[in-house]
Amino acid sequence: MFKKLTTAAAALALTTGLASPAMAELNGTLKIFSDMSNPAPRAVMEGLASDFDALHPNLTVELTVIDREAYKTQIRNFLSANPPDVANWYAANRMGPYVSAGLFEDVSDLWEEPAIADNLASTKSAMTIDGKQWGVPYTYYQWGVYYRKDIFAELGLSEPSNWDEELANCQKIVDSGRACYTIGSKFLWTAGGWFDYLNMRTNGFDFHMQLARGEVEWTDDRVRQTFANWRQLIDMNGFVANHQTYSWQEALPFMVNGEATAYLMGNFAVSPLREAGLDDSKLDFYQFVEINPDVEMAEDAPTDTFHIPAKAENKEAAREFLRFVASASVQTKINSGGALGQLPVNAQSSVDADKFLEQGFDMLSSNSPGGVAQFFDRDYPAEMAAVAMEGFQEFMVIPDNLNEILERLESVRQDVY
Amino acid sequence: MSNAPQASARAKTFRPGFMARNRQVITPLLFLTPGILFFLFYVIFPVIQSFNLSFYKWDGLGEAEYVGLKNYKKLLTDRAFEVSLWNNFKWLILYLLAIPAGLFIALFLNQTVTGIRMYKSLFFFPFVISQVVVGLVFTWFYDPTFGLLNTILEQFGLEPLNVLGDPNLATYGIILAGLWPQTAYCMILYLTGLNAVDPEQIEAARLDGAKGWRMLWHIIIPQLRPATFIAFVVTIIGALRSFDLISIMTYGGPFGSTRVLSFYMFEKALSEYGFRMGYGAAIAVVLFVIMLAFIAYFLWSMYQDEKGAR
Repeated sequence: MFKKLTTAAAALALTTGLASPAMAELNGTLKIFSDMSNPAPRAVMEGLASDFDALHPNLTVELTVIDREAYKTQIRNFLSANPPDVANWYAANRMGPYVSAGLFEDVSDLWEEPAIADNLASTKSAMTIDGKQWGVPYTYYQWGVYYRKDIFAELGLSEPSNWDEELANCQKIVDSGRACYTIGSKFLWTAGGWFDYLNMRTNGFDFHMQLARGEVEWTDDRVRQTFANWRQLIDMNGFVANHQTYSWQEALPFMVNGEATAYLMGNFAVSPLREAGLDDSKLDFYQFVEINPDVEMAEDAPTDTFHIPAKAENKEAAREFLRFVASASVQTKINSGGALGQLPVNAQSSVDADKFLEQGFDMLSSNSPGGVAQFFDRDYPAEMAAVAMEGFQEFMVIPDNLNEILERLESVRQDVY
Repeated sequence: MSNAPQASARAKTFRPGFMARNRQVITPLLFLTPGILFFLFYVIFPVIQSFNLSFYKWDGLGEAEYVGLKNYKKLLTDRAFEVSLWNNFKWLILYLLAIPAGLFIALFLNQTVTGIRMYKSLFFFPFVISQVVVGLVFTWFYDPTFGLLNTILEQFGLEPLNVLGDPNLATYGIILAGLWPQTAYCMILYLTGLNAVDPEQIEAARLDGAKGWRMLWHIIIPQLRPATFIAFVVTIIGALRSFDLISIMTYGGPFGSTRVLSFYMFEKALSEYGFRMGYGAAIAVVLFVIMLAFIAYFLWSMYQDEKGAR
């Protein structure tokens, strides 16, 4: 397939300035397994493979795209049985099992090269386990509050910046017969996003990570304070009813129909909201408000990554591919609005002229001094995350069960760590 | 007596080989070999493996660590396991409703009216479509915002219900969805069974003045015993292996209230946040033991029947 595309891709590579200075000639085959199976990401991945193929005439790139959900279980098999040379995965704790089983290649050498060390420094900690780096990031996206600008205008509300304003806004929204927030918690992780933000704003990034590492008890008063804040929104009917029955996509219509005014979500929610008819005059974004003025703002920004399996055959070509996807020009191109529509990790990259990408980029680069978290189910160990997110959902439906939930989480914590 | 010497003479001239002499034993064995091999390799061997695995702690990647009975001890205090076990019993009991329901639909359809074949196919339809589709259809039926159920409840001035979002109702909601295809299955079993009912016995019973319930209970149902037996077997097994509907309709939620053992095993061993193979295997062993009790009973009663028939 890529042979057919070679000429076009080479032309494209030249015009976009991708043709980097001549490197050591690469031979053989480069096998890439990718989970970028949705239409737009898939096109990006195919473009990456064919561009890289065009750059290295003696190298054949073989790309296999696997369904994103199926990939999460298949990776365990193929890393040990039939490893490709490059594979997609996620940063932080999600790499843990593969790093400790020795299935990912240590790529600390790449992180010593200035091109990567200087430009990707912001995500270095998310790529580090045991003092070594295990892959390179190619994209990330902000989380925050996406809201209906037109309804805010109709009710005379402005973007809140602290918790009191947030609650006051929400009260007015509820009084107008709407819910402040839509959420679909059927698959649990959306509630994890709420906990991330409430806990980071109430107790700070460092506390959040201590809790992730199992160093703090779930029955701690500071954790209770996070839930007490959460409960304020629940008790004023701030969330749509019956959210436990819906997926995050099924929760979108509430916002589109104006039954709810905002959504705490990742930037990937923008595209379906736009497709549903919310243009930039109706849809806007603000950073999750400050709750405790004594802690610094910190954000969730899940990072997607490329790794080299330890048993890869063509590691030389794989390293070159990692340098390629980490470069500023490639990251600018693949993260543009027409492609992934997300944020490039490389500091030298430019961000596409898109309202949400620009706001997200500003927020993450200048207004997140506390730190950048990956996401609840990527920072917390899988077993803890599964039980905890179930507890969050239960809390959102039956807040009175809080004590029982926290005791359950605490007993799981003692088991897991 | 007179031809005895003749036979022994022939035996001297023609000595059948080992194969020919044991043909009666060897032929069936040869035919069974592929089946037995596959059964050993794909069923017995994995069962032994699962038993073995349940004594280990293993994430599916690194080294497995022997932990003895620790996984089972943990099951005893695991609240989610307890919920799953209870839900399995709810499934077992309520799923059996498919048998009488199937019987009555079969009795109702067992008549000669124009177009009866079409009605029969319509009633059989839910069994033909995939469980996933059944799950989706019922999910929409129960949907709290636009579902048919709440539209109907509203007509009668009743409070709206979120069946799948209510931890006390969700399991029953899923079982009801499961009963829809299962009833159709039992119905088809009874329809074929009704074809085999002896008309002379019915005639005789009628002459003796039996009708209605007495006719059904004393004449028809005893003759449907083989159909009932099969319906019982498939319903029990179906209830114990319920998985697809739960996965589609609630994914075990809300907060784990609709899990059954098979789903919990999947979650612990194979889902996104799982990969605790030993613990999953321990759950599988418990499910296996429960199933084994039923299967052993079924096999035993089938064996008794065969003995009686001989």
